[in-house]
Amino acid sequence: MTYLTKPRLHHPTLPKNKLGYTRRDYEGAVSTLCAGCGHDSISAAIVQACFELDIEPHRVAKLSGIGCSSKTPAYFLGNSHGFNTVHGRMPSVLTGANLANRDLIYLGVSGDGDSASIGFGQFAHSVRRGVNMVYIVENNGVYGLTKGQFSATADKGSKSKRGATNTDAAIDMVSVALQMGATYVARSFSGDKAQLVPLIKGAILHKGAAFIDVISPCVAFNNHPGSTKSYDYIREHNEAVNFLDVMVEREPITAEYGPGELREVVQHDGSVLRLRKLHEEYDPGDRIVAMNYLQEHAAKGEIVTGLLYVDPDPEDLHAHLNTVDTPLNQLGEHELIPGPEALEHLNSSLR
Amino acid sequence: MSQPIERTNDFVIKFANVNGSGSASANMLFAKSILRMGVPVSPRNIFPSNIQGLPTWYEVRVSENGYLGRRGGVDMMVAMNPQTWDQDLMEIEPGGYLFYDSTKPLPKSKFRDDVSVIGMPLTEICNESYTDARQRQLFKNIIYLGALSALVDVDPNEIAQLIGEQYKGKEALLKPNVHALQMGRDYALAHLKCPIGLRVRRADRIGNKIFIEGNSATALGAIYGGATVCAWYPITPSSSVAEAFTRHCKRFRSEPETGKSRYAIVQAEDELASIGIVIGAAWNGARAFTATSGPGISLMTEFIGLAYFAEIPAVIIDVQRGGPSTGMPTRTQQADILSAAYASHGDTKHPLLFPEDPHECFEMSAGAFDLADRLQTPVFVMTDLDIGMNDRLCEPFEWGPSRRLDRGKVMTREMLDAGKEFGRYLDVDGDGIAFRTYPGAHPTRGAYFTRGTTKDRYARYSEEGPVYVDNVQRLLRKFETARELVPKPVLRPARQTTRFGVIYFGSTSPSMSEALDLLDEQGLHVDALRVRAFPFSDEVSEFIAGHEQVFVVEQNRDAQLRMLLVNECAVDPAKLLPVLHYDGTPITARFIVREISAKLAMFNVTPLRKVVS
Repeated sequence: MTYLTKPRLHHPTLPKNKLGYTRRDYEGAVSTLCAGCGHDSISAAIVQACFELDIEPHRVAKLSGIGCSSKTPAYFLGNSHGFNTVHGRMPSVLTGANLANRDLIYLGVSGDGDSASIGFGQFAHSVRRGVNMVYIVENNGVYGLTKGQFSATADKGSKSKRGATNTDAAIDMVSVALQMGATYVARSFSGDKAQLVPLIKGAILHKGAAFIDVISPCVAFNNHPGSTKSYDYIREHNEAVNFLDVMVEREPITAEYGPGELREVVQHDGSVLRLRKLHEEYDPGDRIVAMNYLQEHAAKGEIVTGLLYVDPDPEDLHAHLNTVDTPLNQLGEHELIPGPEALEHLNSSLR
Repeated sequence: MSQPIERTNDFVIKFANVNGSGSASANMLFAKSILRMGVPVSPRNIFPSNIQGLPTWYEVRVSENGYLGRRGGVDMMVAMNPQTWDQDLMEIEPGGYLFYDSTKPLPKSKFRDDVSVIGMPLTEICNESYTDARQRQLFKNIIYLGALSALVDVDPNEIAQLIGEQYKGKEALLKPNVHALQMGRDYALAHLKCPIGLRVRRADRIGNKIFIEGNSATALGAIYGGATVCAWYPITPSSSVAEAFTRHCKRFRSEPETGKSRYAIVQAEDELASIGIVIGAAWNGARAFTATSGPGISLMTEFIGLAYFAEIPAVIIDVQRGGPSTGMPTRTQQADILSAAYASHGDTKHPLLFPEDPHECFEMSAGAFDLADRLQTPVFVMTDLDIGMNDRLCEPFEWGPSRRLDRGKVMTREMLDAGKEFGRYLDVDGDGIAFRTYPGAHPTRGAYFTRGTTKDRYARYSEEGPVYVDNVQRLLRKFETARELVPKPVLRPARQTTRFGVIYFGSTSPSMSEALDLLDEQGLHVDALRVRAFPFSDEVSEFIAGHEQVFVVEQNRDAQLRMLLVNECAVDPAKLLPVLHYDGTPITARFIVREISAKLAMFNVTPLRKVVS
């Protein structure tokens, strides 16, 4: 049903960004997901983030795998090229796309089935290669389209809608991303737009592998008592370590903060991540501290959210490969084809 | 005692070595020195799936007639591996020669009395001349090379010249090698009867031909085809394609001002990621390829279906090896024909190219990128281990000064601005191919959302039956367009009109050419057609229609090309007679002649010679 288009008639007073686009210009087709699905809130957050960052929609390439989450790129950024690939394989297709044109923004949208099970390997390897991307996992702990099987992120001991208990250990995507060397790692909750939008903005501005695990309750199959991915459960156990504000350029500090409460991270492109600390001891600049912190708090049943780790000066895959500044898909024949003389020279060396 | 074989410029010499002993470069020098004397050779590595210690062979066919296929049989064995002694001894033709290390005496029972035995105390000579164990090992190879030059009359100056080229700028290595060569030669001249019945005589049969491995040629084709992204996963016998591409890129693709790379090569975590990266890059407007072998094709099939249905160009180099499963990783076969042609679930089919040698590896690899872009679909280059991993004499590479890349139907920002209608899956001129846009092309027009699910002409999701049928029928039209674009088959008519034909492809080519000469000498006339691509050109169907019986020669058990012909050309299966060679060794002319003449006998075709005698 994604071919349904929304009315393009906009209210004349809708606010416009620096490019003259309204928020509506960043929307896509009407969602076909269930009413109340967390994924739709994430789509809205992506729209909001791109609008606020004045991003030209056609400079974004959106890629996904298979599943409810992977349908969502049809529902935002209608003027962006999109590629709904095969199950669990979005990361490799995104990697290739990124190699072909380093100038676009690559937004990979996946789910917990897509990235923690069938695509676990591709998720890990794209992160460890440092592909410059925003990798969002819309994590609901359940297979929705196939009607309610556990996914690999479902917590051990949590219950399915039909009452079955999950006996397998859960995969914590954030911990894996940290271990694989992601240079921007965050976790959020689809129900907390105030937290999520700045995290997406920071990830877009980050020039490296940015990973966001967004807990996104499934209203149809995983929003019951006994689930650890329900709206109620997440609200009760959410422990935000910080609150992020993202600025393309530094702006004056307007509110008053206690000593040590505010921390600023300047990313390589000059953008500023202003973090208001909610947990005093938490330092998102230290990967090992972050990993330990996550483990300790997970053991207490807490879901730690916020910007968990950021390296303000990351290296991406293009830096590792030392590729030219010009996107590879824009190199001309004279730059690519050595020509007849070089070939003749080569021929004579083969005799 | 058989009469010793007497042959000049027409014999097979085989080196039996231990993997990792450094014999490869000495053996290669032997083959190249004969080439430098103007005599065609075709060497073949026969090696195990192993790093060190297992037996390995290097078989050199010397043929002034230019027959480059494997001949079968061995006229001289250089037996340097005690492990395989018995087997190696058995392989020598009656009247042939055995060259061995006679340092340790062997009982008479270890020899044959119908071969000439040439013993040389190689280990003893090495032990006297060198103290270092590794040197003893390495120079032993050069010493036997020196002895062979005297035994079969190879000009030692050609070998010395080649050693000079090999160690250019490394004088410290050059001198001891030339010394070892001379030492071996001097010993042979002083102690052995030289030359033996097998001799090399200077000729002028090379012309401007070149000598190169198919995999290196394929990689060079990717350079000239404008590939900028290569993603691969190591697998024998294809790994050297990506490795050669890396070498060629370093040479040809560095930005002069910055030293930065005009290419991206990723060794992926598996074949699935490799093809995924290729598809992502190609969707985004770069030319991209992967190189793999049969097991890799199996893993890639889901993605190949996506590229077929979403219509993404992709070039896949399949260097075939023995299957099924892990099969025979270091042996050759043409056994991926069906799995490549129909790779993936649902109704799919893909263009395949069948190069016969490194020259065509270059040409077809470069051409595959044009085809893939023009047809917006995966294209396979179906080479194999025999072509890919052996040096082969072939025509030089060519690239016309006016040759340009064909990027196919790409709608640009200017075309969109001019108001040209864009539908990603909209066929505007009947060839089944729609325009595509590259991501980022235009701020408000030309964006589309593609997928492996069914969609309408404007890339909108639809499961409506008529919409689906419209789309897949267009894909069939596109395949018909491919039929016109792929390389045509090559016909070699018999000297007389005949009701028999033979179809062959790929690495069978040199053995087939020789077999056709031999059949012709026997008065057996067969028209031959070398198929170079799938979908089959009309000429292929016409060839089959024009003959009563057609042999289909291939290197697999199940007659896969024959099945494809029966299926795609609607041929009566009884008309196509399989000639199948699939033991992992390259097919020989002897085998083809034996099979075809036996089958012809069943049709009461009497060879002319028999009638005369």
